[in-house]
Amino acid sequence: MGGFVSRGFKGRRRAADDQATRLPPGQYAERGFPVLTAGPTPRIDLADWRLKIEGLVATPQEWTWEELQALPGSEFEGDIHCVTRWSKLGTSFAGVSVDTLLEAAEPLPAASHVVAFCYGGYTTNLPLDDLQGGKAWVVWQHEGDPLPAEHGGPARLLVPHLYFWKSAKWLAGLRLLDHDAPGFWESLGYHNRGDPWREERYWGD
Amino acid sequence: MGRLSWRLATVAEVRPETGRVVTLALEVPGWDGHLPGQHVDVRLTAEDGYQAERAYSIGSAPDGSRGGPGDRQGGPPVSRIELTVERLEDGEVSPYLAGELRAGDQLELRGPVGGYFVWEPDRGGPLLLVAGGSGVVPLMAMLRQRAAAGSEVPARLLYSSRTFEDVIFREELERLEAAGDGLTVSHALTRAQPAGWAGYARRIDAAMLEEVGWRPGERPLAYVCGPTRLVEVVAGHLVALGHDPSRVRTERFGPTGVP
Repeated sequence: MGGFVSRGFKGRRRAADDQATRLPPGQYAERGFPVLTAGPTPRIDLADWRLKIEGLVATPQEWTWEELQALPGSEFEGDIHCVTRWSKLGTSFAGVSVDTLLEAAEPLPAASHVVAFCYGGYTTNLPLDDLQGGKAWVVWQHEGDPLPAEHGGPARLLVPHLYFWKSAKWLAGLRLLDHDAPGFWESLGYHNRGDPWREERYWGD
Repeated sequence: MGRLSWRLATVAEVRPETGRVVTLALEVPGWDGHLPGQHVDVRLTAEDGYQAERAYSIGSAPDGSRGGPGDRQGGPPVSRIELTVERLEDGEVSPYLAGELRAGDQLELRGPVGGYFVWEPDRGGPLLLVAGGSGVVPLMAMLRQRAAAGSEVPARLLYSSRTFEDVIFREELERLEAAGDGLTVSHALTRAQPAGWAGYARRIDAAMLEEVGWRPGERPLAYVCGPTRLVEVVAGHLVALGHDPSRVRTERFGPTGVP
């Protein structure tokens, strides 16, 4: 629909030049950190909290909260992009690299996809490749503070190169599969992979 | 399912609802219908090509002519949808939609989007709808569809607004409740109340939800929509009161007012 102009619209939020190249198509820079969730925020007692890696792995893993904290730490600093169009530029999270977790679990050669499953029942699916090679974390700190429950605390997945619904809140574990299995939003009209730079928001995008 | 393509809609009517809220009636050629609770993406384009996109809930009921229990065989496809938009002073898109647009203007949109925060009469109930401010819009689509389909699924709406004048759809809600088909509407006014106000005069809290809402044993389907803080508090209270978290669906409007 090239050439259409909205009569009288000027636009107020044009990004500064240094931000413009960091914003994927259709996104705008947001200073806050909006909360978007399909249901109530689960409250999880750290004493009962566990993180599992299961499915097609040689040695299934289960970490307690203390055990996870004792793993070698890893930090992310960069940009995140929500499918509802806000991007948060220059933010930071700390936790552990998913590479560290997968090394412990030893994925079997047949493993090609992952379902992240969560306290509260949420799921999201990713190709295993999107979780490997320094591209994904399990995080429990945001900008130096404990991750608030409404943002996914105690711990959430962080996959910043995909739309943020892939960064599952209240993470309970990763299940490795030899096939793709659409998760919650992926079954409800949202794109299976969700690359913001390709603007993969919905089915068929 | 094919790509959700951008469509060029025409503004048929601009209807003020409150001092800060307008309803846009849009003619959308080829519109395929929607489910109550779904939203559309709206895209504005400036003369220099700059674009801004946001999502807005559909407030109108679907036409019912596309299959399902409300099917009107042979009825004309309805190509009109209504968006009800609150003007946010620091917003970029809402001041345009709720200030600049007028009948005859065109608007790019695509949708419908969203498959979770939806309700149709055949999903049953009882229904507990909790709204804050313009969060009432997707819930209104549900209530309008409920009435249009002649549904008697018991429904309760608890609706928080700042003042009496800020209540969106006030008269229509009165009419829907007066129809006597099992809908009750309770208002909470948080900032100011008119003389003789008989409704609640505080923010929604656990006691209010216990008075207005269903007992957990009645297993209501709850839909909560509004500002993040309200949704967080209400959903938390509902779970603490014993409601099944999997039957509490939420839609939150972040600090920018974007759902």
